Amino acid sequence: MSRYSIFSLARNALSYHENWGRAWRSPAPSREYDVVIVGAGGHGLATAYYLAREHNAGRIAVLEKGWLGGGNTGRNTTIVRSNYLWDEAALLYEKSLKLWEGLSQDLNYNVMFSQRGVMNLGHNLQDLRDIYRRCSANRLNGIDAEFLTPEDIKRKVPIMDTSPHTRYPVLGASFQPRGGVARHDAVAWGFARAADRLGVDIIQNCEVTGILREAGRVKGVQTSRGTILAPKVGVVVAGHCGVLAEMAGFRLPVESHPLQAFVSEPIKPVLHTVIMSNAVHGYVSQSDKGELVIGAGIDSYTGYGQRGSFNTIEGNVAAIVALFPMFSRVRMMRQWGGIVDTCPDACPIISKTPVEGLYFNCGWGTGGFKATPGSGWVFAHTIARDEPHALNAAFTIDRFHTGALIDEHGAAGVAH
Amino acid sequence: MLKIKCPWCGERDQSEFSYGGEAHIVRPAEPDELGDEQWGDYLFFRTNTKGLHREQWVHSGGCRRWFNAVRDTVSYRFHGVYRHGEEGPGKDEPGSPS
Repeated sequence: MSRYSIFSLARNALSYHENWGRAWRSPAPSREYDVVIVGAGGHGLATAYYLAREHNAGRIAVLEKGWLGGGNTGRNTTIVRSNYLWDEAALLYEKSLKLWEGLSQDLNYNVMFSQRGVMNLGHNLQDLRDIYRRCSANRLNGIDAEFLTPEDIKRKVPIMDTSPHTRYPVLGASFQPRGGVARHDAVAWGFARAADRLGVDIIQNCEVTGILREAGRVKGVQTSRGTILAPKVGVVVAGHCGVLAEMAGFRLPVESHPLQAFVSEPIKPVLHTVIMSNAVHGYVSQSDKGELVIGAGIDSYTGYGQRGSFNTIEGNVAAIVALFPMFSRVRMMRQWGGIVDTCPDACPIISKTPVEGLYFNCGWGTGGFKATPGSGWVFAHTIARDEPHALNAAFTIDRFHTGALIDEHGAAGVAH
Repeated sequence: MLKIKCPWCGERDQSEFSYGGEAHIVRPAEPDELGDEQWGDYLFFRTNTKGLHREQWVHSGGCRRWFNAVRDTVSYRFHGVYRHGEEGPGKDEPGSPS
């Protein structure tokens, strides 16, 4: 497999781009691996990539029941930021953001990471107090954060309605200039290609139907393509983590909900940053193609259906139109839903489990995309060393019994 | 939008209702006897069923009364509603309270 470069582009141009090689192999599963990762979304592929690159973990397979990147990796609104309140979460997401900054070079694949800034709006006095506090906490952790007045906001985003006469007036915002968006499909493809180059087997259309255990240790997995043995199994399956945990005989403090998003028809560039608002409940950015990418909160009921209810979309649209009256005439083009695995404290679980050799990475809820490289980084460490990395030591399943929760509802509850 | 049949008011749009989480979770009778493990289980751990799920809803934009429902969490189809204290449909079906 050749490296992508200006030279490979020129060489392939000579043959009308008809002879590009496959980006990754499609191998049949072996009978045995050293590590099996379940779930070929961004997080699973990143885990496999860092296992191979940083930890020399031997023979690695990534099993995927559908096609790679077909779940939440391809169903989110692609926002990347690290402005979380608490040290544990902030440092984890900041590690991820640092990896994002070099990711296209690392993977030799353009993930179109665009640091166009992320703005979190405040609409009442308590919002502003929380924003001041979060900005200060971010700065103490070495994360860029600025406070913007309504005048600053109007200067940056002229199309936003910042007049004081709206139902929920915009009173200020936090701004993280290093935040932004990336191309979600490219992230899955880039990690898949880079992991494949390091010898990782990515096996699609291979559904895990059981987890083999013996005397409290994991032995491998049963799949729709036969039994695959492995002394270590890492599960990164987002919405279906509860189903996999049940196969392994334990429960998780996670509930799966539909989360919807939609994009508009392409329009000329009008919005050059990411806007999020917890209070009026919506977030929006404009893709490089010109589409407005819009999302909001989860549907309240639990669900595995990859779709949600229309009244949730209606509320979301109302919020966006209140902030940007000119968007009221924009037509929506596509709408979709993903199944997000929400934790009671809005923070993930990246942890060993009651079964030895079995590791779970789940509970990212509505905001896992931004964490893709960092999640893979710490999960690979956890699997390879059989102990957590310093950055994910606090994100155990045990915290729901010890009470050491990391409450990020303020920074994470709605806006992703 | 889902149509939900309130046991008191009949069928209404979902937007009149609020979701109340998994049903039949009983508050511990002897809270002082419980260890951290059991408290954690009671507060945070849910079945997160894929399939028929027993759950609570409240008709918040209507009669404001709570009730239970059996809903398929994959198709989102409602298989029945019942008032608190009633047994509910399909006692022996999957998803029935243990």
